[in-house]
Amino acid sequence: MFVFYYLIFPGFLFATVVGLLTAWFDRKVTAKVQWRKGPPILQNFYDVFKLLIKEVPIPDTANPTIFLLAPAIALAAASVATTMLGVVNMNWNYTFVGDLIVLWYIMSIPSIMIILGASASGNPLSSVGASREINQLIGYELPIVIVLSTVIFKVGSIGLGDILKYQSANGPILYSVSGVIGCIVMLICLQAKLGLVPFDIPEAETELGAGAFMEYSGAALGAFKLTKAILLYTSPIFIITLFWGGIQIHGLGILWAILKYTLFIVLFTLIRNTNPRLRIDQSVKFFWITMTVLALISLILMSLGY
Amino acid sequence: MPLGLNSLKKSIWVYHVACSPCNNCDIEILDLLTPRFDAERFGIVLVGSVRHADALLVTGMVNRQIKPRLQELYLQAAKPCVVFAIGSCAISGNFFRRSYNMAGPVDRAIKEVDPNAIIVYVPGCPPKPEAMISGVVKAIGFLDNLKKSKV
Repeated sequence: MFVFYYLIFPGFLFATVVGLLTAWFDRKVTAKVQWRKGPPILQNFYDVFKLLIKEVPIPDTANPTIFLLAPAIALAAASVATTMLGVVNMNWNYTFVGDLIVLWYIMSIPSIMIILGASASGNPLSSVGASREINQLIGYELPIVIVLSTVIFKVGSIGLGDILKYQSANGPILYSVSGVIGCIVMLICLQAKLGLVPFDIPEAETELGAGAFMEYSGAALGAFKLTKAILLYTSPIFIITLFWGGIQIHGLGILWAILKYTLFIVLFTLIRNTNPRLRIDQSVKFFWITMTVLALISLILMSLGY
Repeated sequence: MPLGLNSLKKSIWVYHVACSPCNNCDIEILDLLTPRFDAERFGIVLVGSVRHADALLVTGMVNRQIKPRLQELYLQAAKPCVVFAIGSCAISGNFFRRSYNMAGPVDRAIKEVDPNAIIVYVPGCPPKPEAMISGVVKAIGFLDNLKKSKV
């Protein structure tokens, strides 16, 4: 049963299909913003299938084992994260103490694998991309951990299932001042985690070529694309689970779930289309000062009961 | 295999290689990628790394300094990879053909390292973006031939 969960329904296959369609939606909205027509609906599937038949040249300077293992581990970790979230949303009893922390660690693995793969490729521009990814990771982890602790203090438990049960009994955490601030901080930090535009510093196309992904091609690059697609699907679900009562997949709950999911995707896309890329020092300063202060305000407001 | 090749036809990532051009062709290539022509409709996207490229857009007469670099870039690209020789200079050398530093037009430089390379010629000085789109359509015809010979 858990193999089915991992490979088919809330896991790998479902998340991949939904994630690629979401990535198409993102590109289409971007095209509309720029008064273009935009790519066809299956464009991201074409991209991935095409990458599967391309050859994978390994640079002479690379460490082949780590270079090829990194995308596979990133994809596996993203699938585990989306399975955990999907299963706990299907049945609130599939939870254990501390699974929020486990989930957060697993969602960090793709970033760490990008750093490892880029460093293993031996390309100087890739290593600049890797160092920027490390800085970025250090930047956004701090406010996110404060926001997670806000939720944990409010609910009084670290289990994802307990958070969902608390919200179904007392109303979503989003419907309070501290919840709104926490949700905004979470949204912006996940934008950085997904590497979308104001924070796409590690793969800055115009400065670094493709940055961390520079030496990757073929199936290895395809695995990273799938990882990004799965994380693009997982991040809104993560926010909805923490702040907006999770997702119900029966009856009218499906419609409501799709609405919530689309709202967050549109927010990601609009932030991406209306902001220029930051420098790495601006980005770290933004996360450590503005976002951390906002997260602390949310924590204090929550402890005062707002 | 056909699934992959069919997808390749609908998702061509291009990499821009400027081999001592006068910049006119490059400006036209950038025009092709602007919202007015919207090449993303056909899945054409400009990529920053040659490892991701399915097509190299080569402009300019190839001089002695750039020739080894062009050959190196072609070898680094992941195959299958199509080469577009864009503009008269890239096709024949134009009026630089008797120049002392001319090191052969694009097709000769590429065929030195890979005799079976697929090369598409887009004439014009500079070619219009419409001509480049028509060149891409012809390259898709090449890929159809490739598919027939494989299956």
